[in-house]
Amino acid sequence: MGRLLLRIATTAGFLFLYIPLAVIALYAFNAQRVQAWPIQQYSTEWFQAALDNDSVRAAFALSVAVGVAATFVALVLGSLAAFAVQRYRFFGRETVSFALVLPIALPGIVTGMALNSTINATGIGFTMWTIVIGHATFCIVVVYNNVIARLRRSSRSIEEASMDLGADTLQTFRFITFPVIRTALVAGGLLAFALSFDEIIVTTFTAGTQETLPIWIFSHLRQTNQRPIVNVVAVVLILLSAAPVYLAARLSGSGTVAGSRT
Amino acid sequence: MTTDALPAKGSMPDSAVRRALGALYRRSRLQLALLLAAPTGWFVFLYLGSLAFLLVSAFWFLDPTTSSIVHTFTLQNFVTLVSDPVYRTIALRTVFIAAVVTFTDMAIAFPIAWYLARVAAPRTRSVLFMMVLLPLWSSYLVRVYAWRVILSPGGLLDWVFTSIGLPNLSPGFSDVSMWIVFSYLWLPYMILPIYAGLERIPHSYFEASADLGARAWPTFRRIVLPLVLPALAAGSIFTFSLTLGDYITPQLVSNSQFIGNVIYNSQGVANNVPFAAAFAVVPILIMAVYLLIARRLGAFDAL
Repeated sequence: MGRLLLRIATTAGFLFLYIPLAVIALYAFNAQRVQAWPIQQYSTEWFQAALDNDSVRAAFALSVAVGVAATFVALVLGSLAAFAVQRYRFFGRETVSFALVLPIALPGIVTGMALNSTINATGIGFTMWTIVIGHATFCIVVVYNNVIARLRRSSRSIEEASMDLGADTLQTFRFITFPVIRTALVAGGLLAFALSFDEIIVTTFTAGTQETLPIWIFSHLRQTNQRPIVNVVAVVLILLSAAPVYLAARLSGSGTVAGSRT
Repeated sequence: MTTDALPAKGSMPDSAVRRALGALYRRSRLQLALLLAAPTGWFVFLYLGSLAFLLVSAFWFLDPTTSSIVHTFTLQNFVTLVSDPVYRTIALRTVFIAAVVTFTDMAIAFPIAWYLARVAAPRTRSVLFMMVLLPLWSSYLVRVYAWRVILSPGGLLDWVFTSIGLPNLSPGFSDVSMWIVFSYLWLPYMILPIYAGLERIPHSYFEASADLGARAWPTFRRIVLPLVLPALAAGSIFTFSLTLGDYITPQLVSNSQFIGNVIYNSQGVANNVPFAAAFAVVPILIMAVYLLIARRLGAFDAL
């Protein structure tokens, strides 16, 4: 009896999670521009239309460029911070982890506004790089969490053994340390990219008039004639985000993926 | 003969680099400084600096006649916030919906987490686990948009309620739809910590409780609940904080305003940065208090 109720509640929970995604996937194949339910006629024409749409392609390209740049910055800074916190004892060590989580713990609008007024005050203007600064700031913690979790699990003695056997610092890093953290870097990098690719709240404040893919969706979803293309872009985004989740879970063991966003 | 085997490997003009690294190896403070310089520099200058600037600008004001920002200290923005009932209503609505969403997610997440942690076979568990993660990582905006499509007039929910003969029950765009959509958006954030918390409870605790004569409900209330309380608090940080700072969802699925909408409009439309900054202090303070309470409940160990 209790078991049955549990099964029902769990099934209902998963339906709640997935019905909206399924609905949007169906609408992408809706032949009409009007979004009424039930769908009268199905078609794949809007996928071609989305591919041919210049502003979608430009927004996609900008999102990819920003994602790559932000991921790169996050990989470098997140690993450096993880090594420092895991390998050394120093004053303010606790503060580092706390500060890194701040951009995720504080509401995004606060981060966005803060960066926006600073950009305005300094007069540097809104470029791709201002978006990258915003994204990298909250992506660092993702890489940091993945790398530090890996460092905690691996023993430092294999590096000492390498040194004892005559390898210098560079060789030890290249042949011992880097292979140990490699998959953590890939997992953290994938998740950082996914975070950056989907972000809208901070981005609206740091983009100026530029359009990333989420901003493109946001500014077009109210226009009836653009809706079919918005649906297609939405489905593509859902599918694209499935890949990093799957890969990162395989690479790092599912626990780390869960921890990485917290 | 064998001695030249090793150096040949890297063909190095960088022996100076190697010597420097060798010297560095013995100076751990210097290593630490080099590691920390870039991440700390980034955070202090770009992020914490911006936050500080924002907080300072909350004490400036916008001259209504010239619509330029006057850089002199004033509490005027905060006085407006406290005295104008409009802003109080908006702040209370935001906090109320954030709280309701948090409790709703606890109720929906608990059975799922329980099933994952204590019932599902390992294989099913890993598949379901990934199914919980996927919506978390798929685009926030796409998920809100999906609900906008479902909730809009003539959409799926309208159709469902009309087919069962209760057309007036469809939530449309309202505070109720905000409640549904926020609960939907942040549900995985609640499932994951509760799952981790439940998984850590040893099976022997349940046996001991049963041996001592406790039935399901007393076991739940006196054994399980105290043990997963930190996990509930951890999950609630996300459900609460993310709802508190949102301004996109209220725009897309309701006609009401959140704190975020006022901030966004004062900053972007009215160009009144000082007032926006002052209102941004409200969610920061609420979250500060919330995080302190959550820490007392042990939420940070459950993250």
